[in-house]
Amino acid sequence: MFLAWRELVFARARFGLMGGVVALIAILVVLLSGLSSGLVNDGVSGLQRLPVTAFAFAEGTKTDSAFSRSTVNVNQAEAWKGRDDVGDAAPFGNMLVNAKATTAAGAQVPIDLALFGVDPGSFLAPTVSDGAGLGDPNGIVVSQTVLDEGLAIGDTIVIDRLGTRLKVVGTTGDQRTFGHVDVAYLPLRAWQQVHAGAGPGDEAREGAYEEATAIALRARDGDRIDLPGGDAAAGTTSMTLDASFSASPGYSAETSTLTLIQVFLYAISALVVGTFFTVWTIQRKHELAVVRAMGASTGYLMRDTMIQATVILTVSTAVGFLLGLGGGTLLTTTPMPFALEAGPLVFAALLLIGLGLAGAAAAVGRIVRVDPLAALGGQR
Amino acid sequence: MTTRSTSPHPDSRRAGAQERAGLLVEGVTLRLGDGDATVTALDDVDLDVASGEFVAIVGPSGSGKSSLLAVAGALTTPDTGRVLLDGADISRASSREKARHRRERIGFVFQSGNLIPALTALDQLRFALDVAGKRAGDGHDPRELLDRVGMGHRAGHRPHQLSGGERQRVGIARALVTRPAVLLVDEPTAALDRARSDDIVKLLAHETHESAVATIMVTHDHDVLGHCDRVLSMVDGRLSE
Repeated sequence: MFLAWRELVFARARFGLMGGVVALIAILVVLLSGLSSGLVNDGVSGLQRLPVTAFAFAEGTKTDSAFSRSTVNVNQAEAWKGRDDVGDAAPFGNMLVNAKATTAAGAQVPIDLALFGVDPGSFLAPTVSDGAGLGDPNGIVVSQTVLDEGLAIGDTIVIDRLGTRLKVVGTTGDQRTFGHVDVAYLPLRAWQQVHAGAGPGDEAREGAYEEATAIALRARDGDRIDLPGGDAAAGTTSMTLDASFSASPGYSAETSTLTLIQVFLYAISALVVGTFFTVWTIQRKHELAVVRAMGASTGYLMRDTMIQATVILTVSTAVGFLLGLGGGTLLTTTPMPFALEAGPLVFAALLLIGLGLAGAAAAVGRIVRVDPLAALGGQR
Repeated sequence: MTTRSTSPHPDSRRAGAQERAGLLVEGVTLRLGDGDATVTALDDVDLDVASGEFVAIVGPSGSGKSSLLAVAGALTTPDTGRVLLDGADISRASSREKARHRRERIGFVFQSGNLIPALTALDQLRFALDVAGKRAGDGHDPRELLDRVGMGHRAGHRPHQLSGGERQRVGIARALVTRPAVLLVDEPTAALDRARSDDIVKLLAHETHESAVATIMVTHDHDVLGHCDRVLSMVDGRLSE
């Protein structure tokens, strides 16, 4: 520590430049982490907030777009309900629609909605923070984000082409979106009618009122559901709630793109730190030879360098994260899908520091090869 | 044919090699390179330097002076022979043991001081103590030593703020601060003018006697040899009076 700290102060410009690069990377990491969390929220928060363990889709449904492809019979829920490890099972409808909202002031606002059809008395029925729950045959409970866009409880939404009128009766009070579209809960029967393409006063085709997208499953407390066994009995293809996120539109592509960018950033950070300490070690080769001739052990020198790396990485990551959080806070006020969550940010900071230290450790391995003999005869 | 050159100190005749204080190099041969390119850097060299004795070794470039310092300072292992420091053989020690000997019992004074750029004059000495695992006090007083070499008033200056002679004075103080048994000095006047060269070697002679350290200085500079207790000559790896 004796030499490490004094060198940090003496060569502050050099260390500052390297720290600046790490801080810039840290800012990018914060922004990407926020974007990642925001996209996850926008993509699947509607699913995340369902009290569901797994979904059972129609047998053989392609998994990457199961919510738009699958159609099950509501009676298949009974086959799941009878199983020991299933606490509850209920039909669940999911579809995206375009609509227009008419506000209290009479303005027409185009709006996209992810309609979640649920039985009002089932475990899937949403808890409302304001207004009424599901009950009215054409009443909908909407995500708070719908109200943030200017709609209010009591406003009416008309689905394009069908002309079905839905009335906003309540809100969940939090963000519930699916595929970047705001969620609206409505009674399963109303959902079935819209799904069948029947407008107001029209009779839906035969069998329409027995259809749903999937059977939502809730495990009995402390149990894991035997999904293959249940699928065999009910004639379905099921997946856990987390696995079902990939069936949300664009979810896998978005998250994997952002993950790839983040992985590159972490790798770049480790390389930047490793390269800096490689050059730093090469520049100090004669000095290190002198110190080794004085009897300093390899461990003493490596410890000093790792302390320098730890100080630089910690300080620059902290500075970068503070700047990133400042910028990110501004972004949360924009329509951009962005969310600052402590867990992912702490993980990202530790990973950035950890990989930086790994890069530094790989670089300072050169210290082992510095020959103290080089201290003799040379000129500085 | 090997020329065996011995420079015994009077004390060594009275005491056995295992008991006596100082540095004893016995029958050391060092070959460098491989195959046809092999060079004999040290050829059956014997050297005996007692505590408090200041020995100069002169010779042309490539004669083996620095190789002798490297062997005596546990920086390299001789092919044959041994190096005894206060009676203990350090030539066959492990790398870790050699490093321990260097930080605890051997002081180096390098060309131009070879000071650490980030450290002030005072910190150069404190750093040497830190490396040796010793603390100021307990007989190791960096400030007092800087004063002794005439650098007390420059304690807060870094190497780039010091002249060549001042850097060398700090280098000497740094080598002595751990109270080593042996001081190995490599061309201390290489970058200095005549007056400063004389000052530096006079200082080395004074500190050798004051600190009772066994000092070997290799140099090209024949003008400073008057301050040395003995002068030996090295040619083609062979040492002679």
